[in-house]
Amino acid sequence: MLSHISLLLVVVPLISAPVVAILPRGRLPWAVAFIVAASCAVLAGVQLWAVLHEGTISYELGGWAPPWGIEYRIDAVNAFVALIVATIAAITLPYALLSAEREIPEDKIPLFYSAMLLCLTGLLGITQTGDIFNVFVFLEISSLASYALISLGRQRQAFTAAYQYLIMGTIGATFYLIGVGLIYSQTGTLNMQDLATILPDVLHLNTVETGFAFIIVGIALKLAMFPLHLWLPNAYTYAPSVVTVFLAATATKVAVYVLLRILFTVFPQGFAVTTPADELFIVAGIAGIITASVSAIYQENIKRLLAYSSVAQVGYMVLGIGFASATGLTAALVHLFNHALMKGALFMAVGAIVYRVGACRMEQIHGLGRAMPWTFGAIVIGGLSLIGVPGTAGFISKWYLVVAALEQQAWISVAVILSGSLLAVVYVGKMIEALYFKPVADAGKAVSEAPILLLLPTWALVLANVYFGLDTDLTVGVAEKAAAILVGVQP
Amino acid sequence: MMDFIIGHYNYWIVIVLMMVGLYTVISRGNLIKKIIGLNIFQVSVFFLYISLGTVEGGAAPIIAEGVKVYSNPLPHVLILTAIVVGVATTALALALVVRIKESYSTIEEDEIHNLDHSL
Repeated sequence: MLSHISLLLVVVPLISAPVVAILPRGRLPWAVAFIVAASCAVLAGVQLWAVLHEGTISYELGGWAPPWGIEYRIDAVNAFVALIVATIAAITLPYALLSAEREIPEDKIPLFYSAMLLCLTGLLGITQTGDIFNVFVFLEISSLASYALISLGRQRQAFTAAYQYLIMGTIGATFYLIGVGLIYSQTGTLNMQDLATILPDVLHLNTVETGFAFIIVGIALKLAMFPLHLWLPNAYTYAPSVVTVFLAATATKVAVYVLLRILFTVFPQGFAVTTPADELFIVAGIAGIITASVSAIYQENIKRLLAYSSVAQVGYMVLGIGFASATGLTAALVHLFNHALMKGALFMAVGAIVYRVGACRMEQIHGLGRAMPWTFGAIVIGGLSLIGVPGTAGFISKWYLVVAALEQQAWISVAVILSGSLLAVVYVGKMIEALYFKPVADAGKAVSEAPILLLLPTWALVLANVYFGLDTDLTVGVAEKAAAILVGVQP
Repeated sequence: MMDFIIGHYNYWIVIVLMMVGLYTVISRGNLIKKIIGLNIFQVSVFFLYISLGTVEGGAAPIIAEGVKVYSNPLPHVLILTAIVVGVATTALALALVVRIKESYSTIEEDEIHNLDHSL
């Protein structure tokens, strides 16, 4: 039974998606989706436990031995990412019930949950599989589902945002596909482990280098690495609140995971350093942190502000990957986890405001902090975590990132990481100023606190931000193990 | 030199189609034309994979008596999957264009941009 968990994580949401789609309207589709997401979270937890205690799991799909069949290969890296994705899904779905009823047309509700489950299938599939073509298939499953989810937004801009994302996302995925084809033409295999043994002999070939470049650019588009992030602000701004929560906390994280796998498992250790990719990551990371943080300061829409902040946070992860050291990767993985917590909490709080006020432009939320103290509290703590104040999860990731930068005496990177935090103070301050210190715009309209069903998931993530800022055993411990696997040294 | 150009004619087709497709996506403002460009771009990748799988003088990979050399079926199967993905993407993109046309009454990118910013 235990060995089947890796497959169940993909098959359970996949099979329940069409079932949810044909369920009658009402709350039944939500209930089924929630049960599925919750059981995925439990399975992912068991899987991580099994991997940490019993070592790598290898699951042969349909009994076909790798490298001929598709292999699901689970080590600490992907078990960790799978747990993040499944847990965020399980926390997002209780939140979805009310938020989706408010923001999505009633007749679309079953299809909405069906698309959510398909998106979850794709994201979990990417984390589970050990086959680079299979990654493409799951990437497209999750992407297609997320295009549909984004287009459910209430404003018509949602359609153009989804269209824009579709064009960019498809180009990215096709680039990845070209890269896989070129590498297959020189190695004759698609299995990651098999590639890792064959690739060192053919690395000098132009075809392999070209394939590597195509794959990196393709994934960079998917993870919204600066300057390929242009689809992200619109997509996050116009998507329904709950979709923004889910995508912001999971989709880019999974793309970061794929990048790590390609760079460190599929291609041999140290190959990226011989190509321009390594410097590119550092430059793109630095440029992303600065420009996206500055853009965030000038946004008048809270969701868009947080979206730009997401681009900046991806910059931190890319920077950590660019260092290519065990500490750098630990920082990237810890930040991957922590950023899912903080952006999940912040977007949920913003979703609660949208639920009550129906808008999230700065001038429309003036003074709401007093009327919605719990939502406001969530934004404050989430914001502090985003800045990296000690005692919050954000501090831990910034700390490891600075340590990694100091290790390599990359002084510019250290300065950028710290000034990125200062810029975060400005844009978080801007939200807090609008919510608390500005006089209420429309005094006649009484706004009450968000319903408890929205507050509970939000505060679950907020408290997680504080908890993982104090107790780092789980996050840093697992991330260190995962980073050690990636750079190929035993912990 | 001539041998190099003629001998790799399928790859030249791939490169030309790829560039034509990408250029169309980037340069056209009409949303349908962008999708057409995207399709051309994807088709070029299908050609690339099919070319990779072909073995000179190889027969279709169906076991038959007297046939020694077969083409590699794996890239062909892979691209079958990618074709399905491409069809799904195109369908979704067209559906989005329909909804864009309904709410903006235009499918020209610059006009949509103006409509959104004149509000």
